[in-house]
Amino acid sequence: MQNATDMALPALGPGRPHGRGKRPGTAGQWWLVAAAGILSIVLIGVPLVIIFAYAFREGFGVYFAEISEPATLHSIWLTVLTAIVVVPINMVFGVCVAWLVTRFRFPGRRLLITFIEIPFSISPIVAGVTYLFLYGNQGLLGPFLESHDIRIMFTVPAIFLVSLFVTSPFVARELIPLMQAQGSEDEEAAITLGASGIQTFFYVTLPNIRWALLYGAVLCNARVMGEFGAVSVVSGAIRGQTNTLPLQIELLFNDYNVTGAFAAASTLALIAVLTLVLKYLLERKQLA
Amino acid sequence: MSFFRGPSNRGILPGFGLTLGVTLLYFALIVALPLLAMLYKIYGLGWVDFWTIISSERAIATYRTTLGAAALATIGNAVFGMLLAWVLVRYEFPGKRILDAVVDLPFALPTAVAGLALVTMFSGNGWFGQFLEPLGIKVAYAPLGIAIAMMFTSIPFVIRTVQPVLEDVASDVEEAARSLGANKWQVFARVIWPAILPAFIAGCSLSFARSLGEFGAIIFISGNLPFETEVVSLLIFIRLDEYDYPAAAALATVMLSIAFVMLFVTNSIQAWQLRYAERN
Repeated sequence: MQNATDMALPALGPGRPHGRGKRPGTAGQWWLVAAAGILSIVLIGVPLVIIFAYAFREGFGVYFAEISEPATLHSIWLTVLTAIVVVPINMVFGVCVAWLVTRFRFPGRRLLITFIEIPFSISPIVAGVTYLFLYGNQGLLGPFLESHDIRIMFTVPAIFLVSLFVTSPFVARELIPLMQAQGSEDEEAAITLGASGIQTFFYVTLPNIRWALLYGAVLCNARVMGEFGAVSVVSGAIRGQTNTLPLQIELLFNDYNVTGAFAAASTLALIAVLTLVLKYLLERKQLA
Repeated sequence: MSFFRGPSNRGILPGFGLTLGVTLLYFALIVALPLLAMLYKIYGLGWVDFWTIISSERAIATYRTTLGAAALATIGNAVFGMLLAWVLVRYEFPGKRILDAVVDLPFALPTAVAGLALVTMFSGNGWFGQFLEPLGIKVAYAPLGIAIAMMFTSIPFVIRTVQPVLEDVASDVEEAARSLGANKWQVFARVIWPAILPAFIAGCSLSFARSLGEFGAIIFISGNLPFETEVVSLLIFIRLDEYDYPAAAALATVMLSIAFVMLFVTNSIQAWQLRYAERN
């Protein structure tokens, strides 16, 4: 049976066996393949190439000077910090959700799976706005926070919070179908033989799900580092303080510093390419 | 007899209470609470003000721009996605593995980076723009640019929903049809197309939903002119900048409602797809 989580978004990636394809026989079939290839180059390849071409068009010296601008360096640091905070928390959450919905049957289980996926359906900008109405001056908790002199909006913790929101389903989505398919016999055997719950998790479950867990973390990381809409609402984009890398790209572009914008973008594009490579390798591990 | 007591209901594994507690607490704090806070804000706004905001001329212009561009982007992705899914499943050719991996790039690449690359490609002196603008095709800072940004960021949806289903179309059924005298168009129209149709529609609706909410890629390329190239998410952002929080909340609620309708539609289509798959 296919899981609801599996359906809400298509599975990323090639992880399926290749084998049924045959070499194109007729000219018409070659035309189809050629059309697919050319369109992919135009629509997907060129945008990727142009980022590096423009980043380096004034030479390596200018590139490194742009990258090491204090504001850009700070935004790189903030983006990395956000990923360091957000990804582990959402990994723990993902494991908890997956354990809950694949190891137990309880009323409301299917509904819970649908609810967990809600952040995927919500536009990032709307996600940012909801946080504003919770923690902002005009928000639900605004008066309370103000009277206790706590500021959350337009600070770094606000960036962490919306990033948690936007990427909360990523890990669970990878784990649920896998743990469903694996079943719980291994864990039940371990418990029967006297292992504790913690031992069972670390020695039985974790080795079985480690590649899917890592895969979910890689996808979560890519999204955290690239999130734009939600972060732009709650961060205030204060230069050198709450400006993440995607926001810094926009700022440089609006300042007409095109090479600087592309230099900053090239670091994120590199992470995207690394994500695809890791994804490819992890899927092979999972299949093996 | 409570469902939440006694291990007999769910076997011998521990951790039900712990994982249920963590899941519900985290979901409540990170996802549910902010959503409820916004709806509470809207409740305080009152129906008349809400309606005035969401039916203003400028707001309606953004709905038109957003829906039109998203529809165009979805049609583009429907064609491109079908072509790619078909080619990736049906044929072996050099570079196939790379093509299969690169298809996911739009999901891995941050939307701001995509927007920056697209506007540079399509601006008047860009790699593509310098050839298109003399022909009278304006992409950057025009509605077409919005559609292209939406299309780029949702390319993988149709491909990745159709691909597995197309792989499962049983070759024996196809061969049976051929041996009974069907030509290849009949096989496609009568055997393959009905089998992949639910997945295809599901992919298109996911692509459409994603396009409606896209922001990062669009603000680079759209030019952001009110009444012409302004999308709903951008108008929300502008209202926030003007400290017009009620307007931002009202427009965000419209988007949220559309998102939930799309979620319902997609889930229904996919449930239909599952039933379809099981029947075959």
